[in-house]
Amino acid sequence: MATELDKVDVVTIGVGWTGGIIAAEAAKAGLSVVGLERGRERGTEDYQNIHDEYKYAIRYELMQDVSKETLTFRNNREQRALPMRQLGSFLLGENLGGAGTHWNGQTWRFLPYDFEIRSMTEERYGSEKLREDEGYRLQDWGITYDELEPYFDQFEKTAGISGEDNPMAGERSDAYPTPPMIKTRTLQMFEEASTNLGYSPIMMPSANLSEQYENPDGESIAACQYCAFCERFGCEYGAKSSPEVTVIPTARKTGNYEVRTHANVVEVLKDEDDDSRVTGVRYVDVRTGEEFIQPADVVVLTSYVFNNYKLLRVSDIGQQYDPETEEGTLGRNYCYQIFGGATGYFDEQFNTFMGAGALGMAFDDFNGDNFDHSDLDFLHGGNMAITQTGNRPIATNRTKPDTPSWGSEFKKESIESYTRTLRVQGQCAILPHRDNYLDLDETYNDVYGVPLVKLTFNFTDQDLAVQKYVTEKAGEVMEEMGANDVVLDAASTDYDITPYQSTHNTGGTVMGDDPETSVTNTYLQHWDRDNLFVVGAGSFAHNSGYNPTATVGALAYRCAEGVIRFAEEGGRLEEE
Amino acid sequence: MADKTNKEKQFSRRDFLKTTGVATGGIIGGSMLGGLVGFRLDSPTEEADTGQQSAEQGAEGGGNSGSYNPGRMFFHNDTTFDTISQAMERIYPEDDMGPGAIALGAPFFLDMQLAGEYGNNTREYMQGPFYEGEATQGYQSRLIRSELFRLGIERLDTEANEMFDDDFRNLDGGQMDEILTRFQEGEADMGVPAATAKPQDFFRLLRSATIEGVYADPLYRGNHNMEGWKMKNFPGHQHAYIQEIDTDSFTEIEPQPLFGGNH
Repeated sequence: MATELDKVDVVTIGVGWTGGIIAAEAAKAGLSVVGLERGRERGTEDYQNIHDEYKYAIRYELMQDVSKETLTFRNNREQRALPMRQLGSFLLGENLGGAGTHWNGQTWRFLPYDFEIRSMTEERYGSEKLREDEGYRLQDWGITYDELEPYFDQFEKTAGISGEDNPMAGERSDAYPTPPMIKTRTLQMFEEASTNLGYSPIMMPSANLSEQYENPDGESIAACQYCAFCERFGCEYGAKSSPEVTVIPTARKTGNYEVRTHANVVEVLKDEDDDSRVTGVRYVDVRTGEEFIQPADVVVLTSYVFNNYKLLRVSDIGQQYDPETEEGTLGRNYCYQIFGGATGYFDEQFNTFMGAGALGMAFDDFNGDNFDHSDLDFLHGGNMAITQTGNRPIATNRTKPDTPSWGSEFKKESIESYTRTLRVQGQCAILPHRDNYLDLDETYNDVYGVPLVKLTFNFTDQDLAVQKYVTEKAGEVMEEMGANDVVLDAASTDYDITPYQSTHNTGGTVMGDDPETSVTNTYLQHWDRDNLFVVGAGSFAHNSGYNPTATVGALAYRCAEGVIRFAEEGGRLEEE
Repeated sequence: MADKTNKEKQFSRRDFLKTTGVATGGIIGGSMLGGLVGFRLDSPTEEADTGQQSAEQGAEGGGNSGSYNPGRMFFHNDTTFDTISQAMERIYPEDDMGPGAIALGAPFFLDMQLAGEYGNNTREYMQGPFYEGEATQGYQSRLIRSELFRLGIERLDTEANEMFDDDFRNLDGGQMDEILTRFQEGEADMGVPAATAKPQDFFRLLRSATIEGVYADPLYRGNHNMEGWKMKNFPGHQHAYIQEIDTDSFTEIEPQPLFGGNH
C-alpha cells in the first residue's frame, strides 16, 4: 500500500524551531535530512497583509486546523473527556515554522533552580516541602543550567536576541547578541515602581530585534519596526526571529535538506528485528491521501508537545503512564502555566496600540527560588512583567468587575480604558502532579483515523497558591505605578480550556537521567530506541515561570549534537 | 503616520457623497461646500487639492451610515436581519460616544461571516458523539454557528412574545435588554435539549460577533468608515511605529484600513 521512499540519514517530524535547528545542524554536518511538515510552505512574503486582527488573532488563520486534529480534555479522571472543538486556551501551530512563526519572541532562559528543582528544594527546605504525599512529583532534569548554558548561548546567537543581563538569573557566558529594545514610557513607569519596591527590573529578552543582525550562519534578521502585530501574526519585515528566517534557510543552503510539506506523519516504524531501533516513519500526503514510508537512520520527533507524545503512543514505543499505579513514563508530568496580574486604570492616555511582541520589562524576584519559600504554601513562582505588545480593539475591552459586559456602559468604559489601562502580570510555574497527564482517547479520532490525545489536567493547590501570591505582588507594583484604581485578577478555580492563557504546554515526553521517570536521556535520545530522538517543551520535567522557547531552542541544539554524534558513532549517548 | 494626501484615496465616491450629504439631501455646511467644489466627481479616487480636509471631517462625523447597505449573503429574510440587527445594537448601542452596531455595519459583518467559514465551523472539530460536557470543556453542541444563530433569533421572538406580547424587533430598548439578559444568564428557553444549545452560548456568540463587527478591519463590512477604531483611538493598519514608540505623550494617528489605505 504505502510507497517506500529512499532512505535518508535523518528525518524530522514537524518543521518549526526544533525541526529547523536539528535540520540546520545535521545538514551542515553533512547528513541528508528530510523535514516532514503536515502544513504548507510559508515565509515573510506571506505576511505582507498581516495587520488584520480579526483574521489572525480572532479566527486563528495561522494556527492548527482542529477540524482535522485536536485533543480531548477533562479536568479529572471522573469526567468524560470531550474534544477541544475550537482553539482557545492554547494556540497550536501548523505550516512551515510552526508556532515559531506566531510567537511573541519573549526569550527567557529557565533558571538554574529549574533544572535541579528537586535536589535544590530538598536541600534548602527538606523533603517535606516536595509534598509527595499530596501527589506532587518534582524531578530534576538530569542536566544542570551550567551544562545547558552553551546551548542557550547558541540559540540566542542564532536568533539574535536583544536583551540585557538579569541579576536574578543564571550566569551568562556572553552578552546578548543585540542590545535591548526601546524603553517606552509605560516600561519606564514599571521600572521606577519596581525599583522603588526593591526589585530588579530588566528589559525583556526579545526575538523582535532592536537592530539589524547577521547570525553565525549568515542569516540576516531585520530590525523591529514596532508595528504591534506579533503574537498570532507572522512578521512582515523578517524582524522577528523565526525558523523561516533563520534555521530553515540555513539548512536549505547546504543542499542536504528537503522540506516535504503536506506530509502528516501517523506512525514511527519500529525495527522488527531490533528492539533498540526504529526504521523510519509512515506519513499521509494530506492532499492526495497517498501513504508513504520514509526510511531513515535517525528519526527526530520535532512536532509540538501533544503530537510528539501521540506519535510515540500510537507507535507503541515506551510505556504509557498510569496515574493509579504511577508506572510508565510516557504521558507523565504534563504541566502548563497559571497567570496572576493586576489592571491599573489611569487618567493619562498611553500609546498602548504601539508595540512589539517582546517589548517589555520584567523582574524575577518572585520567580523560581529567588525568594524564601519557608513560610509559603507553594514552591516556585513567576516572572513579573509589563509588556507593550500592541493592544488591539477586538480583544482589548477592559472594564471594571461591576460593569456590565455589554450595552452603553460597557461601550463607554471599554473605549476609555483602551488607552488608559496598563497591566502587570506574573507568569507562574506549574509543578507536576500525579493526576495531570496525557493519554490516548478511546472515542475520538483525527481525520486520518488515529485516536486523539486525551489531556487530563487541573490546577492544583500549589498552582492556585502561587497565583494568589503573585497577583497580590502585581497589585502592589501597579499601585506604585500610580494607577487611580487597581483591579486584581480573579482567582482561578478549575482549569478552563476555552479562554486563551498561553501556548506553553509542557511535559509528556520528559527528559532525565533515569529511565524510570523519563522518556529520553538528556541528549533527547529515547531510552528504548537508540536512533529515535524526541525534543521540545514535552521534554520539560515541569514548567517554569517563563516563556519556554529559549529552553526549547537550547534543548534542540543539544539534541542536534546528539543526533550528529549518534550518526557518527551510534550507541547510547548517556554513556560517557 | 498617516499621510493625509494619500489617505484621501480610501474614500470612495459614494462614501464622499454620503458623508457630505449630497446623496441623502442633507444640509451642506460652509466648510463642506468647499470640499464638494474641490472634489472631482468624475475621478473619485484622485484627491483634489482643496477638498481633503473637508472630506476628512465629513467621514469622522459618523451618524450617517444607517443607509450603509453592502448587500446580504446569509440573512435572506428582512425580518430576521432586522431582529439580529436590533439585538446587536443593544450590545453596542449608538450613544454620545459615537455610532452603534447598526451604523457601523456590524450586522453586515455577521451576515458575511455566517455565510462562510465562521458560520460553518469549517476549521473546528465537529465530529460526534456529542455530549453536554462541563463548562471548562468548551463548546460541545452539534450545531454549527449559522444554525445556532437561526435558532437564537427564533427564540428571541419566542421570549419576546411570551413576555411582552410582541416580536423582539418591536420592543423598546429596556425590554430588549431584559430578554437578552435572560439569554446571557441561561434562563431563556432555547426549545431544544441543553446538549444541543444553551441560551448563554447564543448570547456569547452574539456579543463577540458584535464586538468583532464593530472593530474588525472594514474589509469585513463592519467598522464602517473605521468609526469603531476612531472612537477607540486605534490607528488600524500602520506599517511602523518606530518613529513614535519612544514618545512620552499620547499620539493620535489617523487610522488606515488594511487595503485601500496609504500603502
